[in-house]
Amino acid sequence: MARNLKTIGRSSAAAWSSAALEHGAVPWLLAVALATAGPHFAHLPWWLSLLVGGTLLWRAWLWQRRRPLPPRWALALLVVGSIAAIAWQFRTLLGKDAGVALLVVFMALKPMEMSSRRDALVVVMLGYFLLLTHYLYSQSIPTGAWLLAAIGLLTGALIRLHGGPQPVAAVLRHAGLLLAQALPFMLILYLLFPRVSGPLWGLPQDAYSGLSGLSDEMSPGSISGLIVSGAIAFRSRFAGEAPEKADLYWRGPVFDEYDGQTWRARALPASATGQPPVVEGIGEPLAYSSILEAHNQRWLLALDVATLLPPESTLAPTLQALAREPLRVRARFSFASAIAYRANVNEAPAILQQALALPDEINPRTRALAREWAARPPEKIAEAALAMFRNEDFYYTLQPPLLGANAMDEFLFSTRRGFCEHYASAFVFLMRAAGVPARVVAGYQGGEVNPVDGYLVVRQSDAHAWAEIWLSGQGWVRFDPTAAVAPSRIEQGIVAALPQGEPLPILVRLDSDWLRQLRNRWEAANNSWNQWVLGYNPQRQREVLSRLGWRDPDWRSMSASLAVLCGIALLVVTLWTLPRRLAVDPVQRAWLKYCAELKRRGIARADWEGPLAFAQRVARERPDLAALTDEAAGYYAELRYARGDGRDHKLRCLQQCVRRLPPRRRKRS
Amino acid sequence: MPVLASLQRWLFRLRRDEQLPIVLGQRRIFIVPTRAGLLFALVLVVMLVGAINYNLSLGHALIFLLAGLGIVAMVHTFHNLFGLRLTPGRVAAVFAGDPAYFPLQLENPRRQARRALEFSFAGQTASCVHLPAQGRAAVAVSCATQRRGRLDPGRVTLATRYPLGLFRAWSYPHPHWSCVVYPQPIRTPLPASSPTAHADRLHGDNGQEDFAGLRPRQISDSTRHIAWKAVARRTDEQPHLVKQFAGGASEELWLAWSLTPAGCGAEERLSILTGWVLAADEQQARYGLALPGVRIAAGQGDAHRASCLQALALYGEKPENDRPQ
Repeated sequence: MARNLKTIGRSSAAAWSSAALEHGAVPWLLAVALATAGPHFAHLPWWLSLLVGGTLLWRAWLWQRRRPLPPRWALALLVVGSIAAIAWQFRTLLGKDAGVALLVVFMALKPMEMSSRRDALVVVMLGYFLLLTHYLYSQSIPTGAWLLAAIGLLTGALIRLHGGPQPVAAVLRHAGLLLAQALPFMLILYLLFPRVSGPLWGLPQDAYSGLSGLSDEMSPGSISGLIVSGAIAFRSRFAGEAPEKADLYWRGPVFDEYDGQTWRARALPASATGQPPVVEGIGEPLAYSSILEAHNQRWLLALDVATLLPPESTLAPTLQALAREPLRVRARFSFASAIAYRANVNEAPAILQQALALPDEINPRTRALAREWAARPPEKIAEAALAMFRNEDFYYTLQPPLLGANAMDEFLFSTRRGFCEHYASAFVFLMRAAGVPARVVAGYQGGEVNPVDGYLVVRQSDAHAWAEIWLSGQGWVRFDPTAAVAPSRIEQGIVAALPQGEPLPILVRLDSDWLRQLRNRWEAANNSWNQWVLGYNPQRQREVLSRLGWRDPDWRSMSASLAVLCGIALLVVTLWTLPRRLAVDPVQRAWLKYCAELKRRGIARADWEGPLAFAQRVARERPDLAALTDEAAGYYAELRYARGDGRDHKLRCLQQCVRRLPPRRRKRS
Repeated sequence: MPVLASLQRWLFRLRRDEQLPIVLGQRRIFIVPTRAGLLFALVLVVMLVGAINYNLSLGHALIFLLAGLGIVAMVHTFHNLFGLRLTPGRVAAVFAGDPAYFPLQLENPRRQARRALEFSFAGQTASCVHLPAQGRAAVAVSCATQRRGRLDPGRVTLATRYPLGLFRAWSYPHPHWSCVVYPQPIRTPLPASSPTAHADRLHGDNGQEDFAGLRPRQISDSTRHIAWKAVARRTDEQPHLVKQFAGGASEELWLAWSLTPAGCGAEERLSILTGWVLAADEQQARYGLALPGVRIAAGQGDAHRASCLQALALYGEKPENDRPQ
């Protein structure tokens, strides 16, 4: 018997899945393929998008004309050909992009051999998987919304596949209902599922392509290239009042090596730097936290200069906060910084020596100018340089002329048009040539408070480069030559400093108020999305749970409460979808109530007894109740079986019959 | 394996349904994931590993939503059967070799439709039904027949995978029903008829040849004799009129066991007799049936034909009310 049962189960399962696919279900599956593979067209090679689109169109044409599917060998040829082409295009079959391309090709070709229900199921499952791959490219709010709609479509395809022909609207409504009921489970799991921070294994090389931000070297054009992007670099919120805009110098990479063209950060051996950096903050430190977008570098862009660092990070000898690993996902860090400080008063000689190094024999005119100033004290030299920038006709522009081999000479004495990187490097060159230890600091300057959520938003367009020189007794002191040329850049931001007509991202240069407000709202929504949805990592999970009053949650207690909450949600969903008791007809209810009352008085109606027959029996057996029962049965029979007016009145009369029954006699003991 | 069998009887509540209508409660609905459901779970696990590896927060959300969807699908698959009411209908007799159809009246008391309900007997083809919200539908569950006799098809397997196919819920309603399976007819020439003993009815009013007028139809009259032309003229008249015939040879045809060719097996004889009954009925002869221990007096009409065929079907079988549990 057991074997019997089992074989029956197997044969029916096999019969179900090998049954031919309904003609009417095919468009659903093509829609699934399009909805899950389509958004990838944005980053797939053009020929692949063409292949996928063409294949799906072909399949739709075959469906419409009810033509047979192409033979298997042709499909096999197509599959092998596209795999080879992908391997050639990406130079690999592993990796993120190649893997996604393969999945998309399978998704496009599977409908071509889709003849049974099993094939259709494979298409939907592949579709669910493909949905995940979209998040490798974007996790924005629109992507989330689009994918929610796509899940609805996929679920609808499953419903159509299993439920036979139905109106499209009914299928989608049912899918929406299922998704709505699945939402509580998602929230519980999202909140409580013990998070593991990845990666579990080494990620392919191309996993972090496409992250933008400051680079670890600076050549002419590297920062002005960044500035045309309106993308957000990071957001900060201060515990107290935010400082003046002119004090907001966010420190990134420090460049102390120059080869005549490019500034680089020289990695000094730990032995050369001697002691850890010594920072003495002046005044109350400012506490704040930043949410950094991934930029694939280690610097954390703390406000100059950080005095209190988040865990897992260090203060580099060059005074910037560094994470242990390059920042590959958006993350949140808490700092305290002092905007007035004395840093590394006893600087290591190796660093000072590096801060004086210049390539030989270039920029003779600049060197000559510096030699004129060399006799003065270092502060005076710096002031002389700033005065030169301020008083002579230097211009601040994003589109400076190209510079040749003696870049500093050309800039200082002929072109005189440049951007922060030109001013900072010219200033540092002058200082070094005059014998003052100096270096270039890159980072961001300024930022704009979004009034919607109070976060200070710093964009790539706020990228900046400045200089700092080392003065004995004071340590490293910041000098911003750009401020001398274009003070509005520091006080009001990049838009005020640049003349009209300079290429700036449209969103940075927003004149109309409502557009600006719209952008602020959108970015505030994005910020909460980033923090609550995208930034929900193990650390954030612990924070949230402890804020909910759950101290020290570990994975065991989290799993236990997860199971309990899911059980409760399951119970609620089950009860919610339970077939509700149908509303009993009021006529029926009144009659049943009357009969129940008679039963209490000693005469019960049998299930098979009609109202009039029952009344007759009551008349025989209980003459005292005969008249009333006859009346009630009459009303009931009329309401039930006759048409006519005055139904409401009759119903009321029937209901009153119950009340008119004589009170029950107590049994005498 | 008696232990396993009794375990299954306990687990699946394998017994006949005594109360009608049969209402599917939670204790008799079973549910397990299908292969598609297992594949779905596997896909979710792979997706979770991917989401953890690439730190995709939204990917976690997607996976959790799909996991929730799986749980909800289980509840919905269960509810697709839960509370369904089934009433078995009358089973029409069939000839051996033809499929027997066991009708079920389905009633859906809830406000949502139930879709893709599959009814089948063990190892037989399934019939699929959609039930509208608060509606009724009828389904005939087919069962192949091989031999004559009383066919007990056993329990019905009522299964569904709706809505998402991730789970299969099933139940085993087992109404008291059976089907009389007539022997498969073998057509051979009819035996010669013998004149009836009642000479006075030789030219009676119940012949078959000459049209003698119309009279109101009685239940026992064959539909073949309804005067359709007359009915078409006066459609509102009930009952219909039937054509009455007179004259002709009012002979009695005795279809007897003893007349079947010697040397045939019992089943073959029964098949030959079945063929005779059908042929005699087609010729609208008066015929009687004589089997060892069974004798049906000569008669005519559908009811007579049915009782003859039933006698042939159940020849040598135990009476129906002896129901083994």
